[in-house]
Amino acid sequence: MSTESETVKAAAKPKRINFTQACVMAMDEAMAADPRVILLGEDIADDQGGGVFGATKGLSSKYGTDRVRSTPISEQAIIGAAIGAALVGYRPVAEIMLMNFITVAMDQVVNHAAKLRFMSGGQTKVPITIRMATGAGVGFGGQHSDMLEAWFAHVPGLKVVMASNPADAKGLLLACIQDEDPCLFIENTSSYGVSGPAPEPGYIVPLGKAAVAREGSDVTVIGYGTAVGKALLAAKTLEAEGVSVEVVDLRTIAPYDEAAVLASVAKTKRAVVVHEAVRNFGVGAEISAMIHENLFSVLHAPVERIGSAYSPVPFSPVLEKAFLFKQEQIEAAIRKTMNH
Amino acid sequence: MPSENIKEIDRTILIDIYRRANLIYRADEKFRATILAGELQIIYYSPRGQEILSAALMAAINQDDYLVTTYRGIHDQLAKGIPPKELWAEFSGKATGTCKGKGGPMHITHPATGVMVTTGIVGAGLPIANGLALASQLEKDGKVTVVCFGDASTNIGAFHESLNMAQIWKLPVIFVCQNNLYGEHTPQAMSTGCKEIIDRAPGYGIRGVQVNGNDAFAMYHAAREAVDYARAGNGPTFIEAKTFRFFGHLLGDDSHYIPEEEMSAAKRADPMPAFRAALLDRQIPEAELDAIDADIAAQIAEAAQFAIDSDYPGEDEIRHDVLEAEIAA
Repeated sequence: MSTESETVKAAAKPKRINFTQACVMAMDEAMAADPRVILLGEDIADDQGGGVFGATKGLSSKYGTDRVRSTPISEQAIIGAAIGAALVGYRPVAEIMLMNFITVAMDQVVNHAAKLRFMSGGQTKVPITIRMATGAGVGFGGQHSDMLEAWFAHVPGLKVVMASNPADAKGLLLACIQDEDPCLFIENTSSYGVSGPAPEPGYIVPLGKAAVAREGSDVTVIGYGTAVGKALLAAKTLEAEGVSVEVVDLRTIAPYDEAAVLASVAKTKRAVVVHEAVRNFGVGAEISAMIHENLFSVLHAPVERIGSAYSPVPFSPVLEKAFLFKQEQIEAAIRKTMNH
Repeated sequence: MPSENIKEIDRTILIDIYRRANLIYRADEKFRATILAGELQIIYYSPRGQEILSAALMAAINQDDYLVTTYRGIHDQLAKGIPPKELWAEFSGKATGTCKGKGGPMHITHPATGVMVTTGIVGAGLPIANGLALASQLEKDGKVTVVCFGDASTNIGAFHESLNMAQIWKLPVIFVCQNNLYGEHTPQAMSTGCKEIIDRAPGYGIRGVQVNGNDAFAMYHAAREAVDYARAGNGPTFIEAKTFRFFGHLLGDDSHYIPEEEMSAAKRADPMPAFRAALLDRQIPEAELDAIDADIAAQIAEAAQFAIDSDYPGEDEIRHDVLEAEIAA
């Protein structure tokens, strides 16, 4: 029984969590609800630190190291083990420390996880979740920072998800774990400590559904992950200039919410697509093409695309900054659509 | 490896192995004839020469034990128990196939008989086999997972990651290298640094057994010991089973890269007539074997006709099984 003062103290607690806590919360809820949810990954058990970013902290102590397994540095073996267990009823969550490391396991992801449901004629399925951190801006250089979502979005059979805030991270990760298809859940390395309003227990965000992060009437900015925060800041700047910006947060990159994008752009008649990934051949190209195909006759301006520079992610802070997409670029793109 | 000190096998199991091996033999014979007659256009990896290996191996496990195999896998699939009709229809791309015609010869799945994955990627089955075995370990269901692959698979990274992981976690998995001495057109000695493939096992601390896979007695007992070891919770075994393939990498390949004397020696040692002779030596009546042969011939004829008579899948099928939800038209 809690005393009155403890209750007051608890109620007064600011209900905020960061991305790391959001991940822990999602996996904790999923594991509590389903004994067949297991975690695999390098250093994820508490004796090894609970994950290099702390995103599995406490889970091996709570659920045991049978269900929360630290693995050798063997990405193919990690993803293969997840796939095999998933084929017979488990819901494994594999942590691939950094997204670049998934390249080592591409065969397992692309040739197996993505295709076994189809190639078996629906006799088997692969309900795995692959969690990966990535993103530039933290000085990790060329092999620890790439945003590779477009590769996976191009493979039929995979779902690709990235949250823009901790509550969504919790809700989307839980949805990935419960989903019947293989999901890649992208976490942003520099955002783990970023906090936001805490969701209620059980909070889940359906896959394939975008959110309107900010309502507006003149131009729609479409993004996901770190792009959403920058788009919201750009929207504030433009508001001062008398431009009303709507921000659509995709939340699921593949399959993305076409209807939500089209509904917003049909209203604003202008669109800017933004992502941290390199602009060339990026997700922005697909969304831009889709908007043009559907709304060409009503658009007031061509769809603008913002992404990072065509370069490996550089190490030197000066170059890394030059590489990364910027809020100012989003603002300039919005103005361009307004002045067309 | 001559089979001195033969360890005997129960008569019913011998007959069982004979049945499985001859089902493979007759199916392969029919497939080759159909393909070479131009009646079926598929890439075909003949298992001729490897029948006894599969038959003895699968006789040592249960139907609900898991199997992961590779594109040269028809011998494993039939020996594991996939009904010939469904297999034939799948090889023919028909809707009545094991995978509705969506997988094809290199991607056979049939969970009802434990065939969980057939992969067309060299070495890729091993990491997945570990996952199946991990599930069994967590479920405590007593099942073992057998994963079959060729000698060339032991040179790819997935092999090494998998043996290591299986050993540290003591997974109930049996890695069976069907060493037919050639990876595509390249002999083992040209592609593999160690003298014997079994030499790889000690590097991972894994139990290793080298066996003549063409000797049903040796193969069966090696498999049984590995199965018992795994079911008892002791962990994985790596079996190198030596064998040979008579029709090259894929059907139509003239095997010019195999020295003539090597090929003729292998054919003289053909495991199929040798096994039949071994059964006759054990006073199993020839009429009993002939009756099995006749039954298998009828099954194969029925399977081939079933595939011919079956329909191709409807075009709409392309929108199903990509994701759980149907893809919009």
